[in-house]
Amino acid sequence: MAKIISDVVCPFCGTLCDDLEVKVSDDGKELLEVYNACVIGTEKFLHSQAEDRLTVPQMQDEEGNSKDVSVDDAVEYTAQMLCNAKKPLMYGWSSTNCEAQSVGHEIAELVGAVVDNTATVCHGTTLIALQDVGVPSCTLGEVKNRADRIVFWGCNPAHAHPRHMSRYSIFPRGFFTGKGHKARKMVVVDPRSTDTAKMADLHMQIEQGRDYELLSALRVAVRGNPLPETVAGIPRETIQEVAETLKSGRFVIIFFGMGVTQSLSKNHNIDMAISLTRDLNDYTKAAIMPMRGHYNVTGSGQVLGWQFGYPFCVDLSRGFARYNPGDSTSNDLLRRGEVDAIFVLGSDPGAHFPISSVKKIAKLPSVCVDPHITPTSAVCKLHMPVAFVGVEEGGCAYRMDNVPIETRKVIDAPEGVLSDEEFLKRVLTRVKEIKGVA
Amino acid sequence: MEAGKEKPAYTKACGIIEMDDADFKRLGAWRNTNVRVTSEYGSVVVKAIQTTQGPHPGLAFIPMGPWANMVISPNTYSTGMPTFKGVPVKVEVAEDEPVLNSLELVRKACKGEI
Repeated sequence: MAKIISDVVCPFCGTLCDDLEVKVSDDGKELLEVYNACVIGTEKFLHSQAEDRLTVPQMQDEEGNSKDVSVDDAVEYTAQMLCNAKKPLMYGWSSTNCEAQSVGHEIAELVGAVVDNTATVCHGTTLIALQDVGVPSCTLGEVKNRADRIVFWGCNPAHAHPRHMSRYSIFPRGFFTGKGHKARKMVVVDPRSTDTAKMADLHMQIEQGRDYELLSALRVAVRGNPLPETVAGIPRETIQEVAETLKSGRFVIIFFGMGVTQSLSKNHNIDMAISLTRDLNDYTKAAIMPMRGHYNVTGSGQVLGWQFGYPFCVDLSRGFARYNPGDSTSNDLLRRGEVDAIFVLGSDPGAHFPISSVKKIAKLPSVCVDPHITPTSAVCKLHMPVAFVGVEEGGCAYRMDNVPIETRKVIDAPEGVLSDEEFLKRVLTRVKEIKGVA
Repeated sequence: MEAGKEKPAYTKACGIIEMDDADFKRLGAWRNTNVRVTSEYGSVVVKAIQTTQGPHPGLAFIPMGPWANMVISPNTYSTGMPTFKGVPVKVEVAEDEPVLNSLELVRKACKGEI
């Protein structure tokens, strides 16, 4: 007889679904099935059961050949690398719990590292914009219960946040949204006719990279001022129709993703999107929310925020916290060759950084702490396999709307495999010994 | 993606370029042909497939991953964010060249072998 564990939290995306059910064997060692999750979430749970999973730390030599090393050796290598470096980069932090992040930051303070999270290639520009112009936001509960005008700008939740629309934004019947999707209007802005766009009441197929213009045009249209015939490839009448649709709603929510944060205007796109939200508040209630990717990237920003005052790219190398995107951000540091050791935890820069940055990582002393084999682990000197947070380890994570949710442990990690937090605590102890700190 | 980035499924999902039917005609290539994509910043071989979320003539899409990162612009313009989108590229037929898997691609690129 297998047992079912209910109310399990999914450690895949920022939607952080908390209604999963997981079937495990009686001895609690084997995970058999996952219910209610999307395909990607299910895959993550089941991947923890892969037979070819790595459980022993791997050290690479100059030729790229790997050999098994003990956990003690891995702790020693990591501690020595961090202590010997003048300015190490400690990157990642988005696929782990807040407890591990906190221990990591303590190490960073001791060794004078730069701490950066995956927001740097994701919603970092959003964070810059929030500091520029503020943000009128809300929780996903408010979206479910109140929102009747939903905008997805440069994001594709049908693929990237598969249960977002069914749990919060489009389909659920909430307190003031009893008719579900029938009473909601959905607007999608995307240069491709994505699967999300195909569901929309209004799809504006914008010319790539012209988001700033279209957002500005919408602000003009909301105020009823004249517009040119087309803006960013969208006819004036469509822009005016969208503006009227948004103004006629009782609660507008704008969700936005990589389409705006990664295109050329970057933070200025978000400035304008937030300004549009602010303008809409003259007519109705409006809020805006980034579609955060990793399940705990928001938590990394929170923990960094309450410990050092900044949400990403915190430079501690001078003994106090500095924050300067473009200077203390991972890709800029790597491109300019300003860091001399790399520690990666809970992220995959090997796959997600421009190749010019990955080449720099490959040349430096480097540690990758990750349960998976990834392009990052392929180029790092040491690969330390750890337990899956949210599957084999609990801990706190923050949903995309900044709501903290306690994840659950459903099965035991394979024997001898540490959690992120346990590994970091051992490194911290060793760093303190090397530095002579009590 | 979550089932292992060393597996063929990841290459199948991300070692591709989604192109519009009209662009296949302009290129003079069949669907599912290997192509070499070149930008100012680098070059990579991926499989050209018919767009799944089109039409979008003139616009091609490589999912985020090591293949895309061979050709995107690393310029951050003082924001920390590389310019992952809107990079002008040239697409050429490269039937005889293989699409490397993610680990091979990154290792070879780091050693300067490709």
